[in-house]
Amino acid sequence: MSKKVVIPIGPQHPALKEPASFDVTLKGERVADILVKVGYNHRGIEKACEQRPYLQCVYLVERVCGICSHSHSTCFIQAVEEIANIQIPPRAAYIRSLIGELERIHSHLLWLGVAAHEIGFDTLLMYSWRDREVVMDLLALLTGNRVNYAVNVIGGVRKDISEEEKGQILKAVDILEERTKYYVQVATEEITLIERLSKVGYISKEDAVRLGAVGPTGRASGIKRDIRKDDPYAAYGEVDFEVITDDHCDVYGRAVVRIKELMQSYSIIRQLLKKLPQTPLAVNVPRLIPVGEAVSRYEAPRGEDIHYLKSNGTDKPERVKLRAPTLANVQSVSKMLEDGYLADVPIVIAAIDPCFSCTDRMIVALDDVSAKKSDRMDWKSLREFSINWYKKNRGIDFTKIKKMGK
Amino acid sequence: MKIVDKVINWARLKSPWVIHFNAGACNGCDIEVVAALTPIYDIERFGSILRGTPRHADVLLCCGPVTRQLKDRLVRIYEQMPEPKFVVAIGACACSGGAIDGCYSVVSGIDQAIPVSMYIPGCPASPDAIIDGVVKLLKSYEESLKQADKKNENSK
Repeated sequence: MSKKVVIPIGPQHPALKEPASFDVTLKGERVADILVKVGYNHRGIEKACEQRPYLQCVYLVERVCGICSHSHSTCFIQAVEEIANIQIPPRAAYIRSLIGELERIHSHLLWLGVAAHEIGFDTLLMYSWRDREVVMDLLALLTGNRVNYAVNVIGGVRKDISEEEKGQILKAVDILEERTKYYVQVATEEITLIERLSKVGYISKEDAVRLGAVGPTGRASGIKRDIRKDDPYAAYGEVDFEVITDDHCDVYGRAVVRIKELMQSYSIIRQLLKKLPQTPLAVNVPRLIPVGEAVSRYEAPRGEDIHYLKSNGTDKPERVKLRAPTLANVQSVSKMLEDGYLADVPIVIAAIDPCFSCTDRMIVALDDVSAKKSDRMDWKSLREFSINWYKKNRGIDFTKIKKMGK
Repeated sequence: MKIVDKVINWARLKSPWVIHFNAGACNGCDIEVVAALTPIYDIERFGSILRGTPRHADVLLCCGPVTRQLKDRLVRIYEQMPEPKFVVAIGACACSGGAIDGCYSVVSGIDQAIPVSMYIPGCPASPDAIIDGVVKLLKSYEESLKQADKKNENSK
């Protein structure tokens, strides 16, 4: 009879770049159970937003996460603009998309390095982080800062892209494309990498849907879902790109999806720069935002980012709610690790590209019984409400979609 | 100063091992710390390498406004480090709370939890600034060692 041992990992651990805690129950060398504890990074940004004017909120929301900062600020601004009924100039939409894609490139290259580090392939870490500096220099050139670009303002963008900068972007993209081709070669031919990552952290398509995996994690399990395609925002409706999916369903698949997405990003950037329209950069926005509520979606590098905003007619929001992609993905980690080896724990956690500073928001878990007692909606009525809402407002019929899992 | 001490101090100044801890930061400063370790900036030129455990480290690179959840953990990590130890607060949040200052769940600044020897401002602090900070920290330590040495000789 083998004894069960509980190994705590975190909050401070060499494999984790951020504070989070995992209690891994081991049976021999295999993982019997894993308990994910988040919340160490909870700073209370949602509440702080309620005490600040909208423009300050944009900068605060940007600091939810330093890696996908543009995603959060764009997502928030889209909600504000929906409530205030503002149409941003096309050039602003293009620049937002462009910075968003540059951010995706830097995030994916960062992930590639971190994942390589977790499997002891430090050469690849150094390679990909060296190439990442090309994007970082580009972002510093275009926006003035390496991280937290603050390029968005409500009603448009803050900074234009000159002809000279266009040339520099294209040059950098050429260099990166060349390098990425090498990474594609590494991912498809390097036998150690394939052997190490294949069949690790397996999650089937059904389980991925049931547990709500989004972004590259979901796409690596064959879920063809990308907000850029499904619900185009900014300028994504006007560019042509492919949603990368993979049917490996394991860590290897997640790596392949991310590397292939890099290639798509380069193509998107070239198209955006080619079509960049000549219009003003921003429209004037009243200081007071009318009463209303909005949900905004954005395809962040890690998956779907959702912001909910409720305004009350003043210059400060009434309620801001963020759902970062890692919160959707982190549930699937325990499934991925089921019956896996302890040595695979760091790479499987790293493979969803966790960002705990995004994740650590206040959550209230409701079961159907406690929800009925209060004025909150239970799961069933909430689902019906959302189906009807989409039918009425967006003309999308969700009733045909089969409910998966239980 | 004994010859052994001289060797130890020389080693300490030439190879400051660092540990990185995220005390509730947004990842912005953290990736810049990692960027400082990679080829373009390459902090290893100064003999620094990133260690996984506080027991091996001389310098604690710390970012973030210190959330209430992490305050005790940060103190524990600090206590585990061997003497002499240095704490570098990286980024606006770590220096004073920055944009997050005043939130209900943060204590606003590393110095509210543990003593800090060096502040590096910026949101996020760029890798060059981080390297500059660590190098300056070592210089000031070298100066303090020299002064202590002089004092010792004078008292003899």
